[in-house]
Amino acid sequence: MAHITLENIAHSYTGNPENHEDCALKKVNLSWRNGGAYALLGPSGCGKTTLLNIISGLLHPSRGKVLFDTEDVTGMSTEQRNIAQIFQFPVVYDTMTVFQNLAFPLKNRGRKQKEIEPRVIELAKILGLEKDLHTRAQHLTADSKQKISLGRGLIRKSVNAILFDEPLTVIDPQLKWELRSQLKFLHKKFGFTMIYVTHDQTEALTFADEVVVMYEGEIVQTGTPEALFEKPEHTFVGYFIGSPGMNVCACELQGNQVVIDGYMLSLGRKYPDLGSNSKIEIGVRPEHLRLVPSDREGLPVKIIKVDDIGRHRIVRVVFNNTKFNVIVSDMTELADGNCSLVFDTEHTHIYVDDHLVSGEEL
Amino acid sequence: MIEKQVNQKAWFMVLPVFLVVAFSAIIPLMTVVNYSVQDTFGNNQFFWVGMDWFRDLLHSERFHDAFFRQVSFSAIILCIEIPLGIVIALAMPRKGWGVPVCLITMALPLLIPWNVVGTIWQIFARVDIGLLGHTLAALGVDYNYTQDPVAAWITIIIMDIWHWTSLVVLLCYAGLCSIPDAYYQAAKIDGASRLSVFRYIQLPKMQRVLLIAILLRFMDSFMIYTEPFVITGGGPGNSTTFMSIDLVKMAIGQFDLGPAAAMSLIYFLVILLLCWVFFTVMSNIGEERSKGGA
Repeated sequence: MAHITLENIAHSYTGNPENHEDCALKKVNLSWRNGGAYALLGPSGCGKTTLLNIISGLLHPSRGKVLFDTEDVTGMSTEQRNIAQIFQFPVVYDTMTVFQNLAFPLKNRGRKQKEIEPRVIELAKILGLEKDLHTRAQHLTADSKQKISLGRGLIRKSVNAILFDEPLTVIDPQLKWELRSQLKFLHKKFGFTMIYVTHDQTEALTFADEVVVMYEGEIVQTGTPEALFEKPEHTFVGYFIGSPGMNVCACELQGNQVVIDGYMLSLGRKYPDLGSNSKIEIGVRPEHLRLVPSDREGLPVKIIKVDDIGRHRIVRVVFNNTKFNVIVSDMTELADGNCSLVFDTEHTHIYVDDHLVSGEEL
Repeated sequence: MIEKQVNQKAWFMVLPVFLVVAFSAIIPLMTVVNYSVQDTFGNNQFFWVGMDWFRDLLHSERFHDAFFRQVSFSAIILCIEIPLGIVIALAMPRKGWGVPVCLITMALPLLIPWNVVGTIWQIFARVDIGLLGHTLAALGVDYNYTQDPVAAWITIIIMDIWHWTSLVVLLCYAGLCSIPDAYYQAAKIDGASRLSVFRYIQLPKMQRVLLIAILLRFMDSFMIYTEPFVITGGGPGNSTTFMSIDLVKMAIGQFDLGPAAAMSLIYFLVILLLCWVFFTVMSNIGEERSKGGA
């Protein structure tokens, strides 16, 4: 068990970290406390897997240091680091039985059969593999194979951390949910540090205590699921988390007023002078917008599309050229297609060059 | 129930294939069968002898020797080429400029015609002018493949290794390249030794290509003719007279068409039988696995 710290990690697959465009990772600083459950969230190709492989020692970073507690492990091999990692696609040793597969990491480390057997049986029970224990792994379903992979990651009790690289991609949705709960349960039971890479926000938000959102090789926000939802620090976090994502549109600041396409809105906050060269945007979640009949106060908009997704409706509205998604549960008052859009000013944020700027309360 | 439609005209669709196979394989084979049960004293006069040629052949020492030499040869080259091919494939680079260099170097021997390979080695190993033979002689090694059966065997075996190990290498290399990186990464995480990686990842993943390699190398080596014919002509004595060479001697050298026909049929059946055995073993390994997993 260890506290994991990443200091100024940068990595380039072409071996040239000076060139910023070239980098899979650009200067990452992170600190992970012992026993926490973390998620690394981001779109495909944002450097999540690279970061994970750097932690486990499969990759050596072009720059920066990896610390376990206070020990510098940057130059150490995977085995010395004592890390477990589970990959996106199942890896099983075809010629071995399920039992032998699960016992393999222990056997390689010279543990006694007496010690291995109860541990394997215990884990197989948790994963629901006990009736297949003595069959060959080769012809099991993808689900079971991935369970074996998970099992090999979880079998050692003394690992510094367990890294999951989108481990549930190949698993059926129903089982996915079950396995995720199992992982949470195991996390509580054994207290491993778990780092979970995913591009699925639901997975990240349900699994982790703290979510790290990555975008183009950088960490754009670290926080609890709630913070990511309520106060995205980067427009990308707004887009990426929530369904549909945050509405982000261009605006101008005039004194204490926000101007959207000519419409003046007061947020009750004062913003410093941001200069005219920066890109200024307003961001608000569909959950924090309301539609009211057109005779009331608000941004006059026109409904262009309504998607009924069951428990609520997603209404797409337009004001001049600016479009918004609004989540609405009751449509009865909005029959004619023209209505007013009301902002929940407390949850409406201003972004300058994609980064959140907090104003002063008036 | 739906009435099954019967249309005998469909047989015409099979006819072209049947004709091609008949003219290219069945009819020529029947002429061999025809010779094998008859004897002739010239003038195109044939006498029915029944199974006599087969009986004679199966009891002849000459056939036993040739057969024994043939089996030994195949066994030796399989025992050397398969492990050697695996080792070379494992040592080959997986990326970078070394890949094309290695692949082309490996493929070169495969591109050379059999008789040219024979000629190359025939000259290479000559004691008077060959680089190998002369060097060995200069070093004081008593080596002369035209007089010493052991030297002749060694020459032919090394030549075959030189010529055909590449095939095994290329097949194994293809098998190795198809293993996803995640397997090696997982093995590192699991703390597997180099030997375990080979035993539990690389070897099982190479299994299919290896069986193809074994089957191909077995069939080719069992039918080897050109190279030993060029190098030693079956000698010294009869020490490198493999079955195919013996067959040609009998059929064309001595013009014993009956015994030669009987011998080619037995030869054919032996290859067929051994291939069937290999094939059955091959599919059985797969079967066992799937039963184990069910």
